[in-house]
Amino acid sequence: MRSLRAKARLTRYKAILVSLVRYALIIAISFVILYPLMAKIPSSLMNEADAIDRMVRWIPSQITLDNFRTAFRMMNYPVTFQNSLKLTLTVSTLQLVSCTLVGYGLARFQFRGNSLLFGLVLFTLIVPPQMVALPLYLNLRYFDVFGLLKKPINLLGTHWPFILTSVTGTGFRNGFFIYIMRQVFRGMPADLEDAALVDGAGPFATFFRIMLPGAGSAMLIVFLFSFVWQWNDIFLSTLYLGGSLEYLPFALERITHIFYESRREFLVSYQYASIVNNAGMLMFIAPLLVIYGVLQRYFVESIERTGIKG
Amino acid sequence: MGTKGRKSRLTLRQKRNSAGYVFVLPFIIGFALFFLWPFAQSIIFSLSELEITREGYDLHFVGFTNYYRALFVNANFLPTFLGQIQSMLISVPSILIFSFFAALLLNGEFKGRWLARVIFFLPVVMGAGIVLQLEKFDYMYDILRAGGFGRGAGIGGADLKLLLYELKLPVVLIEVIVTALEGIPDIIRKSGIQILVFLSGLQSIPAYLYEACEMEGATGWEKFWLITFPLMTPMIITNVVYSIVDSFTAVDNELVRFIHKTAFGGMGYGVGVAMSWMYFAAIGSMLAVVMAIFGRRTYYLD
Repeated sequence: MRSLRAKARLTRYKAILVSLVRYALIIAISFVILYPLMAKIPSSLMNEADAIDRMVRWIPSQITLDNFRTAFRMMNYPVTFQNSLKLTLTVSTLQLVSCTLVGYGLARFQFRGNSLLFGLVLFTLIVPPQMVALPLYLNLRYFDVFGLLKKPINLLGTHWPFILTSVTGTGFRNGFFIYIMRQVFRGMPADLEDAALVDGAGPFATFFRIMLPGAGSAMLIVFLFSFVWQWNDIFLSTLYLGGSLEYLPFALERITHIFYESRREFLVSYQYASIVNNAGMLMFIAPLLVIYGVLQRYFVESIERTGIKG
Repeated sequence: MGTKGRKSRLTLRQKRNSAGYVFVLPFIIGFALFFLWPFAQSIIFSLSELEITREGYDLHFVGFTNYYRALFVNANFLPTFLGQIQSMLISVPSILIFSFFAALLLNGEFKGRWLARVIFFLPVVMGAGIVLQLEKFDYMYDILRAGGFGRGAGIGGADLKLLLYELKLPVVLIEVIVTALEGIPDIIRKSGIQILVFLSGLQSIPAYLYEACEMEGATGWEKFWLITFPLMTPMIITNVVYSIVDSFTAVDNELVRFIHKTAFGGMGYGVGVAMSWMYFAAIGSMLAVVMAIFGRRTYYLD
């Protein structure tokens, strides 16, 4: 009797210890993740004197929005923000549509060459995008669809390279999105489909009425990934957009470059450059944090239903 | 099911299945135009010298000269290449181990689980892209890390190094410790999606398996190796592939930046593409090895 009680006490201690270790680890890891963000917020609200003063680290003596104003102006924020938002929304919406369709086709129809096609989808993922970059660049510069067009057109500097690759599910890491959507649609019960078939619904009616509503949370996750990657993208944008660089990532880079130059001539202190830079970075990340805040419950609650698995 | 019914069902299925082509058609077109064709061209380019002319470009076939020049003429390619492969061999397993561990941490029932998950997946949003790039290569950031905002935060290397020197540890050991510790934030920030994949995998393991195991008197250790780990092998493969794919566009991928510089400024595009091809070959063979190791031992629960 006594030993049983002692044993129960021991397991209780063990449980407490396990949860203590768990919390300690979670807090430590959370700190590492949040630190860069946390450090930017107070520093972006400081004035130059506070930034130079080593005693002031977390709490500015006086909160100012001047850095945000300066960054706003230097980045030409209203214009670059709008351009970036327009491009990103276009790209992520089109990619969501095309990858959902392709994923559904691969998941639910056993046509000839299905597994070969799925293999090709995965193949597009493992090839470094840099490898096809220059041939692609030249193809878009002299775009003629294998000589079908009479005179090649130059698509660079427009949104067309983004639109065309997004519509066809060959944009940045679209193989990953197709893979996610295929997994989701594969996991749906065949009875649903059969019932629709019996009711006389064609493949498209089945898709839109029966299958699509069940794939909502996975689609939101695909949308989020696509949005985030496009928002952050600088590699493909440099390639496709050529000279017109009125987009947020370039604007953010511009701040750094301007300050780098003026720093070399000792026109500004590095502390000042840093606080304005931090304000600019926060303004760049803000939309991502907002969209993550809105969509995070789909990550957190329904992971098991998203189908992101092997 | 009768033969008759089966036959008519089959044709119906077949008819239905051909509708699948309509759904995948966009990808087939895009694959041909924006992937396969440039991919094939990149082979040709790597064997040629490219000259930009007013009407377009000219190619002169030069055989394997570009490969030769990349490997033996360019003094920096081989070290950068090997360095990148080496750092991948370290970082991919580290990411996998960490994200598996983090997924186990987040999987149980505990208070604040929602908040912990929100934070752990935050790198999915923040980890990629320009902000990290600017921080990485920003001279200001380096100065700030050495002294300024970053100080006293526990992850600045300078303080720790001093402390270790005080302890009179061998210099080599100090370097290893500091490098490893400084690498931790990177590993954590690169693990967002991998944690997501592992966590969804963990949640798809049915509870009855564990219950059956407990009835047989298995310890937690045995349960992990007999149930959790084997059922997670598909996710391990997914995550290896994803981590490698992710490293192509990572801001700290020295090799990709080197290739970019070679192609657009240095020895020319042909040599740059030849370098890309060698990189791709190395990655392809690494993936093949991973598949050979884990693919055969993969367990699916259907």
